[in-house]
Formats: sequence, structure tokens, C-alpha cells
Amino acid sequence: MVKVLLWGSLRSATGGQAEVEVEASTFKELLDRLSEDYPGLKPQIERGVSLALDGVIYREAWFTPIGPDNEVVLMPYMTGG
Amino acid sequence: MTRQDKIIREFKQVGTRPPRPDGIDKVTGRAMYGADVTAPGMLWGKVLRSPHAHARILSIDTAAAEALEGVKAVVTGADFTLPEDEFSRDVAVNCMAQDAALYDGHAVAAVAAVSEAVAKAALKLIRVEYEVLPHVIDVDAAMAPGAPVVQPGRAYENVPEGLSENVTSHCEFGHGDLAAGFDKADVIVERSFRTAATHQGYIEPHACLAAMGGDGRADLWCCTQGQFHVREVCAAIMGMESSQLRVTASEIGGGFGGKTTVFVEPVALALSRKAGRPVKIVMKRDEVFRATGPTVHSSIDVRIGMTKDGRITAAEAHLRYSGGAFPCGTVDMGAQAAFAAYDLDAVRTFGWNAMTNRPKEAAYRAPGAPQAIYAVESVVDELCQKLGLDPLEVRILNAARKGTKSAYGPTFDEIGLLATLEAAKAHPHYTAPLGPNQGRGLSCGFWFNFGGNTCVTMNLAFDGTVTITEGNPDIGGSRASISLMAAEELGIPYDKVRTIVADTASIGHNDITDGSRVTFAVGLATIEAARDAIARMCARVAKIWGIEPDAVEWKDGAVHPAGPNAGKFPPMSLAEIAETSPNTGGPIAGHHEVNADGAGVSFGVHLVDVEVDPETGATKVLRYTVFQDAGKAVHPDYVEGQMQGGAVQGIGWALNEEYIYGEDGRLQNPGFLDYRVPVASDLPDIETVILEIPNPGHPYGVRGVGETPIVPPLAAIANAVSRAAGVRLTELPMSPPRILKALSAQG
Repeated sequence: MVKVLLWGSLRSATGGQAEVEVEASTFKELLDRLSEDYPGLKPQIERGVSLALDGVIYREAWFTPIGPDNEVVLMPYMTGG
Repeated sequence: MTRQDKIIREFKQVGTRPPRPDGIDKVTGRAMYGADVTAPGMLWGKVLRSPHAHARILSIDTAAAEALEGVKAVVTGADFTLPEDEFSRDVAVNCMAQDAALYDGHAVAAVAAVSEAVAKAALKLIRVEYEVLPHVIDVDAAMAPGAPVVQPGRAYENVPEGLSENVTSHCEFGHGDLAAGFDKADVIVERSFRTAATHQGYIEPHACLAAMGGDGRADLWCCTQGQFHVREVCAAIMGMESSQLRVTASEIGGGFGGKTTVFVEPVALALSRKAGRPVKIVMKRDEVFRATGPTVHSSIDVRIGMTKDGRITAAEAHLRYSGGAFPCGTVDMGAQAAFAAYDLDAVRTFGWNAMTNRPKEAAYRAPGAPQAIYAVESVVDELCQKLGLDPLEVRILNAARKGTKSAYGPTFDEIGLLATLEAAKAHPHYTAPLGPNQGRGLSCGFWFNFGGNTCVTMNLAFDGTVTITEGNPDIGGSRASISLMAAEELGIPYDKVRTIVADTASIGHNDITDGSRVTFAVGLATIEAARDAIARMCARVAKIWGIEPDAVEWKDGAVHPAGPNAGKFPPMSLAEIAETSPNTGGPIAGHHEVNADGAGVSFGVHLVDVEVDPETGATKVLRYTVFQDAGKAVHPDYVEGQMQGGAVQGIGWALNEEYIYGEDGRLQNPGFLDYRVPVASDLPDIETVILEIPNPGHPYGVRGVGETPIVPPLAAIANAVSRAAGVRLTELPMSPPRILKALSAQG
């Protein structure tokens, strides 16, 4: 199981939980499982999210491996100028 | 994983300052910008724009314009099929209004004619019947109940019920117990701030030439920060397959984020399709201001508690941003960046975006961060004043560092904030004496940085010279930096390498030049492409020598025999390998394709001295020093240029630049006479101090540097002005009338 920290305004989709646990070993599996377990997160995931893994931000890499010891933080999809 | 196994720290060429490869072309006029491309049979396109801030379009009569001699095509919103996805649809509607004009300057029709004069005359013959609607320009007014609604039904699911329909999104970040944190504070300061929308202010207006054939294939030349993005968005809007649209990026006369989208390109394509001839559109300056992306404007409340010895106990911010007439996610990044420089136990940020009748926001270096950090750093400075504390020591005391749980969630790895703060403390600027009416301000700045999709091809010519083909317009010296990294890796002189920016048909997809990504991501791909080419060269030489490929090694630009059993052979240089390549298997190339991650966040500290004239309210910037962690500075001239450029743009943003609207909702200052950007005589030399803390996500330790420098200037200057004037300024820009007003209110 992987613990995922959500940003505050997503907590309405997880019954108020700031952190949820899902069964996932990659970024893609994590997004799929979050959408399944918490359908309220799906619109945001479809609009785009980034993932911070031990402090490093990933924007799209589906196959990024994730383990139970990683710090996993969901973030809005990054854009820049 | 993105952490590199080995970061190279000793360089022969990276870190030097060779002349810029585009310099001669740019000073002699040979460089081809967006407006410089022409084609046989070319028509001129012109765009008719709404004179109203908000109006329903009841009808558009184009008959008289179409009948004018020399007019070859007229298009309106009816000529565009809107894409299904929301992002592309908003871009399309921004390029050409559908049933409503949403801001002053919104395109409502366009003409292609044999000359600019005929096109201009034709615009006057188009009859648009408008029903003028109530408008709203200010973000706070737009969020109020009963405000005129810019677009109905655009709110995301995360917006709480009961708010104005203009509110499109809401976000919240942070951790800890705010109430308990504020209870521990000796002093709490709460302030409200406002920042005006500002334009990126690039000198080159948007320009393009579109040529669509009868077979549905098209070519598009334009000034852009991302030809692949232009291709995808335009193909979606035009209902084309991406491969049938080839986009070539011109040299670029400034972008700063503002050229990460399209404005006239789909219009030119639609006109060309209708006319059957190439169509060129070049925006005038007033069109650039009225219809292309400024920043968000903002209204921000910040509350911070501090102990009397300077420890921040709790911090919160409420950010209200407006990205114009469309939903906009920039507030998400402002809310994440606001307190990133601090190690806090209790922190919370809340963000809202609200639509207003203004042009659609476009990115501007570190979008959303300068506004938020301006407000936060102003309050930190005021707390330091109230408690009699040194503002730099307070920042060092509270600085985020390795192991800090950031205010936006992740725990920081290696970051360079403390090093930049210590560098500022040690610099003579910080202790230099100040005179009457003078003040010193400082601010930290932060940006996320990212990498993204990147393709690089390296080709060896038979004479031993090298071409790097990449796909990102060079907006800050990337061709020089990429050539340097290729030369370093290959062990050949810099002048044997030429880097070119290819069109969309000549290389695989590359993301936009944004997010401070190019030197990091394209550099990484270039190094890997060079390693790929080196492996091929080693294999060729092993074949020539009749030994195994693992019995050779690459060293100093040549293949050498490696190990005791390899035999004795004189080294073969890259030039010799290239010369014999037709005999050994054909041309040699290296490739690398990647979606690069591991860019690493970036911090900077700005220090500024100003003098405020109490009679006129005018501010003179006396001294300015920028400190930034650049990772490895590949070409230090360009790194310094980014740092200086960000400071200068920030000086303009802080002191003078603003979108000014009249009661009628029309923009009153769409030109550089009335929208005042800093000129050389307004500025001191901008000193720079580069810190080179290697980024573990890049083989040479490179970190993006382009966006962070725009983040600290607003607060640094506001803090300096507030200290010089003896009154806290809370609204940008701090133009002379605003400073005089604050001084007179103080009495």
C-alpha cells in the first residue's frame, strides 16, 4: 500500500482525509486506483495532476515506480512560462 | 529514477562564455523573426476586435467587406469548429469570439486581402450588431454575489456552493494547526494586497504566415515558444491531423511565457483555407496589449504570526486571482509557492480564480508565484520591522532546507535557499550605508521548474563537425548552452558544433520552451544523444581494429584501445571516424527521446536599495543584487542575463506597469507610451551572484534558471520602498501617485 498526501481542496472527495492509502506500484496505477476508489477525484485527475515522489516532481511518467517507503504527494499539473 | 548515478563536476567547456551563436544575425538584421517570412501570392490578414468589454454578438454582416475589391476571404466565429476538449476550445474561442465578445479587443472577425490597406478598409465595412452586457473588471467585484457573469457554467467541482458563477476553481494547501500556531505568536500581522495585471512586454509582436493547400496540408511560420504546441492546438481547432500541419518557429523577440499559446495562428490558417493563398498576420502593439496574455491580477490577504525572536509560528494566505474571461489554474501555483521558502509547522493557503472581462491570461515567468510571494514577503518584512529584527537573519532562521516539509506538501531534498541567503548576508551590498529617503529591501523567491517531453538528434558530418537538431525555440541562449554540453561530452571544440531549432516535421515532439526546462531537459537529452553517438563510434572503431566493442573507450574526443588485451592502436578522433563512416556503415548519429523529470526546485534572493522622492513619489532604484542557485551554470553570461532580466521586469512590475481600465471596461493604456516598462536610464547595473549547487537530476548538475528571477523583485522593491517612505505599501504598481497618496495618508 502507498500513502498519498492530497492537497486540501481534494479532501472533499475523500471524506475529509488528507492522506489516503491505495494499492499501486507505479504513477499510472496510483492514478487509476485513486479514480476508482475516490470517484470525486476523477475530474481533477483528468484535468491533470503532477506527482511528487520523495520531493521530485513528475508530470506524466506513468511507469515511475512507487513503493511503500516513498513519500507520495499529489499536486496540480505544473505549467510554466 | 531521475537521480543521476554520476554527476560530472569537472568541465573543460561547460562554464565558459563563448560568443552567442545568434548574436551577429541579430545585430545585422539577418535573423528572421515572425514578421519577416513572406510567400508568393501572400495576402495580408487583419482582425476586427470588439470595442466592448462584454457584449452578445447578435449578427455579423460581412457582405460589404467581401465585395470590396482585393478582399479574398472573411472569417468569423462560424468558420471555426470548436474542439471538444475544454482547453483547446477556450483557446479557439479566445482567438475568435463565438456568440459573445468577452473583453475589449476580443477578435470577432478577420479579413484577408491583397494589401494591408485593403484589409484595413474591409474591416470598416464589417457590421457587427452587439447587445452590450454588464461587465466586471476587478477580481473582488467578480467574486461578489450578483456580479455580471462572464461565462455561465464554468465552475469546477471543487468550488463551494453559494459563490458567484465567475468563480471557476478553488484550491487549498498546507499542514499543521493554524490556531495553535497563532496562539504561540508574540506578534501577528495581517495585511491585504493587490497586484495589477502586467504584460510580458516582449518587443516582437505576434506574427505568422499560414499557407494551406487545396489538399488540406498546411505550413505555418510563427514566433512562438513552442512550435509543437502550436501544431497541436491549431490542428485541433482546424480539424486537421497533426502531421498535415508543419509549424516552423522563427527567431523570437521575447516571449517570457506570453508566446506559449496561439492568438492569430488559427485565424491565419482559416483565412488561408478560405482564400486558397498564404495569409500573413502581424499584430499591432495595441492588439498585443488588448488581446494577448497579461498576467493574472490579484487580491491577496496574508496573516503571519512570529515570536519576538523571529520564529514564524503560523502563516496563512487567501489568494484571489483572475486570469481574464476564461477559467485559469494559475492560482494553484501561487498558492503552492507562497510560503515555499519557509520551514513552517502550521501553514495554509486558499486560492480562488474568478473570471473577469479581461483578456485570457497567458503565462509570464513563474506564473502565479510573484504575486503570492510579494504579499507574503511584505508581511514578513513588516514583522521584522515591528520586532526590530534583521530581515535576513529572520529568513535564515526560518528557511526551508533539506528535510523541510514544504508548504505545498513534498519534503525538500537538496535545495539552495540557505546558501543564497548566506551569500546575500556575506555580500558588501547588505551592509552598505544608506542615505536619507533611502531603503533596502530583500525577498526570497521560488519556482518549481520542470523538464518535459524532449527529442534531440545529433548528426556527424563527414568532415567531423556536428549538428544538434532540437525542437525548442531559443529564448534565452539555449543554442549556445546545448552546443557547449555537446562539445563537452564529445570532447571537440565548441565551434565544431551547431545547434539548430527544427520544424515540427523534422524531429519528434518537444514541449514548449517554458518551466525553465530547456537547458535542463534538452541539455540532458543532448548529453544522452552524444553518448549514443559515442557508443556507435566506439563500435565502428572496434570493427576497424578487429577487436570487441568493449575493448575500446572514449576519451578526449577519440576512441582509444582499452585494457591490456586490446592491442596497440593509435587513437581515432571523432573527425577521423566521421571521415571513414561511409566505409564503416554509413552516417553516424545519436538520438535521445525522453520525458525528463528531476528538474529540481529553484530558489533566489534579491537585495535592492531605492530612494523615494517625498515630493513627487518617484522611486529610483540605486543598487540591485541577485543571488540564485543555478545548479551548474553552463554559459554564465546567459544565466546572468536571466537573473538580470527577471530583476528588470520585476522592477517594472513593482513600480510602473499595470493594465488600466476605464469605467467602460476598455483598456486605456495599450501602448508603450502609457504602459511604462523600465528603460536603461531607469536602472542601475544589476549585480549577480551565481551559486552552483549541483542538481542531482541532471548529469552535469544543471538547474533551470529562467523563471525564479521574476519572483522576488516585487516584494524586494516593495520592502525597500516601504522602508524608505516610512509607510507600508500594499498595492502594485507603486507608481508615484500611489506613493504620494500613501505618504499623505500617513500625514
